Amino acid sequence: MSTIQPKVDEPVSDELALVQAAKGGDVGAFEELVKRYDRNVFRIAQHITQNREDAEDVVQEAFLKAYRNLQQFQGQSKFYTWLVRIAVNEALMKLRRRKPERTVSLDEDIKTDEDSVPREVADWSPNPEQQYNQAELREILTKTIQGLPSSFRTVFVLRDVEGLSTEETAEALELSIPAVKSRLLRARLQLRERLSRFFQKRENGIGKPKIESGDGDL
Amino acid sequence: MKCSDFLQELTNYLDGVIDDRTKAELENHLSWCHNCYVVCDTTKKTIEIYRDSELYELPEDLRSRLRSAIVSKCQGHKKVGPESV
Repeated sequence: MSTIQPKVDEPVSDELALVQAAKGGDVGAFEELVKRYDRNVFRIAQHITQNREDAEDVVQEAFLKAYRNLQQFQGQSKFYTWLVRIAVNEALMKLRRRKPERTVSLDEDIKTDEDSVPREVADWSPNPEQQYNQAELREILTKTIQGLPSSFRTVFVLRDVEGLSTEETAEALELSIPAVKSRLLRARLQLRERLSRFFQKRENGIGKPKIESGDGDL
Repeated sequence: MKCSDFLQELTNYLDGVIDDRTKAELENHLSWCHNCYVVCDTTKKTIEIYRDSELYELPEDLRSRLRSAIVSKCQGHKKVGPESV
């Protein structure tokens, strides 16, 4: 079985020059950095906050904070990893405000081994995503990932959706590498388990589960 | 190798960050354990589906609105000089 091929863009060589220019007050150079990473920051923010308005705020606040604190960026890490760290912190603050009843911390060690042990081992259809139209698929994927604890969701999004390395994810989230690996494994297994309900092999598509509206438990 | 041992190594295996010897042990396990084969294969599909899903794309109109707001605030910041942090 082949391994996952990450979709990671190599760092652009002029990036450090843009950062240096922005440090010197060149807003145009900083705007280039915004253009380069605004889509990523928006995606990460919406995955964490699960709210479109919050994600918009996070994009603005994260870039503004990055601009104001550029002098602190020493260039030991990639600018993007440094920016993601700021954006994740902003997004978690939004999430805490919106869901104060829940503990939202990336440091908590959630015991969810039971959830991660595969129970559903039915094989999937060859092209499971083609069983559903685009809107249905989007809803399935959104609700499924929203059901993960925020600490697992964040690691999965940075590693598997955004393509950060394990080391970069650890740095951005201020976690140890073993903690990133452990959460990533659990996140992947839990998502797989939940998606199995929709994607398992069926005879002629009979028995395809409906997508529940509202806050259904996927 | 037990199934639980296989699961512990699944993420390293999928990411291709294991030594040749462990890889050979895992692939030997996969050759006879159908359940682990299915879990491995569908976990890989899970990752690929999410990676290719394009959830939460930033619409162009919102994108330019956000960028204008960011640039405008940065320019405002520039006028008052660097912030002490």
